[in-house]
Amino acid sequence: MPELLQFLLSGITVGAVYALVALGFTIIYNASDVVNFAQGEFVMLGGMITFFAHAAGLPLPLAALIAIIVTAAIGVALNKLAIEPARGAPVVSLIIITIGASIFIRGATQLVFDKQLHRFPAFSGDQPILIGGATILPQSLWVIAGALAVFVCLWLFFTRTLIGRAVLATANNRVAAQLVGINTKYVMTLSFAMSAAIGALAGVLVTPITLTSYDVGLALALKGFAAAMLGGMGNPKGALVGGLLLGVLEAMTAGYISSQYKDAAAFVVILAVLFAMPQGLFGRKSTDRV
Amino acid sequence: MSLLQIEGLGIDFGGLRAVHDVGFSLKPGEIVSVIGPNGAGKTTLFNMISGVYAPARGRVVLDGEDVTRMPPHLLARRGLSRTFQNLQIFQSMSVLENAVAGHHLHERGSVFADLFALPAARRRSQASGESARALLDRVGLGRAAEQEAGSLSYGALKRLEIARALALKPRVLLLDEPAAGCNAVETEEIDHLIAQVAAEGVSILLVEHDMKMVMRISNHIVVLDHGEKIAEGEPAAIARNPRVIEAYLGAQATEAKHVDG
Repeated sequence: MPELLQFLLSGITVGAVYALVALGFTIIYNASDVVNFAQGEFVMLGGMITFFAHAAGLPLPLAALIAIIVTAAIGVALNKLAIEPARGAPVVSLIIITIGASIFIRGATQLVFDKQLHRFPAFSGDQPILIGGATILPQSLWVIAGALAVFVCLWLFFTRTLIGRAVLATANNRVAAQLVGINTKYVMTLSFAMSAAIGALAGVLVTPITLTSYDVGLALALKGFAAAMLGGMGNPKGALVGGLLLGVLEAMTAGYISSQYKDAAAFVVILAVLFAMPQGLFGRKSTDRV
Repeated sequence: MSLLQIEGLGIDFGGLRAVHDVGFSLKPGEIVSVIGPNGAGKTTLFNMISGVYAPARGRVVLDGEDVTRMPPHLLARRGLSRTFQNLQIFQSMSVLENAVAGHHLHERGSVFADLFALPAARRRSQASGESARALLDRVGLGRAAEQEAGSLSYGALKRLEIARALALKPRVLLLDEPAAGCNAVETEEIDHLIAQVAAEGVSILLVEHDMKMVMRISNHIVVLDHGEKIAEGEPAAIARNPRVIEAYLGAQATEAKHVDG
């Protein structure tokens, strides 16, 4: 039994990272129907900038804060320089722009920083905590708490606040949103800033466990995207559940079958779910009027 | 004193002069209709006034302020609101939520109060809900409040769009073919609604193909043909104007015959 618990705990840790990436997808998708494939690069930037700021002598919390702010600024720049000028282009074109942006960010990071693997110390030490025969790293608890906190904040943001509802209204119908006085450009800028900040936070939390380098973003983006699709694109609850489910699935497959098959098993389950529920577990029905 | 003043407005699409040198004005509570054959530039004119297109020439003055080329969300804040011929509705929201969205501008409160659902925030959203319901009743959609907007008929969506525009408490309301796709009873209801709103002091600029409705409710009519203003005046005078009859009513009469026969 401790075996099962161990797999479950490591699955939840990995799943919490996927959930954080998926939550980042949620915001930009909600505001613009665009799936931002540069989301993984935000995670990478969060880790890399924190490492280099910390290495330059800044205390870790300050380095992390700077990383989050700088990444948010890069998110805003991505929107202003690449997405906004292409406004009016079909969503598919915008998605391709985000793929291009992710390649660009990866290349630029290689030049500005380096190609090495980096790690900074865990927040609360590396002494594993024993739970019923299984162990968990204190840093894992930070990751899980981070995912839960971001989820709660986003859920409150979208359901309770006027600006959160303005984001949803913009996604639903941009012209109508402008008609009722919503500044849709501001909504877009805000959602890129928030997505980038959440991505960077994920990078800060996870780097002590998984290490970071310029090229970790792509894999994270794919897994986060899969998690968001599984849960239902655009729904914070779906992102959280989808991420955790994907992580646990992977851990179980790796533990009981073979780690060779962990990606395959996860994607087979996702395909099966999407066959039965094309909108994902918590997705809203799309109602396009012809 | 005019509330909305249009001066020499014009725009070109490629080499085509879509609208050229159009000017007129609206007083508070006045209903002005813009008529003209299909392709005369009516909707283009609307799009320029409401900030959807940037005009190449001319000015739009709202209550003494030059608002030419101002984006729609800023115009909405200054009291200019519109509906679209081809509908701009939040399809996947409920009917009530669509109307509440119109109150967006008039809701002011702290994010903090919203997040923790403090009484102030709850009162505010309750007040928005109540006045949205009152507006829905007014356009005859009170019973459909909880339905998803996407499930409504075209005519009902037209009225929902008017309700949402009214929720902004506009001073100038631009209606692009509000009665299109509505049956005779619905058209009459919209007719009454427009007259009522105007009686409350809102200036209304109307594009409409239903000539009976236009002649009945307009104080003033502007006639466009090939993007230019060819006549302007009271309904009775417009109906007798030979240029208008040639350009517009003549074509309309032929169309009407097709429909009847």
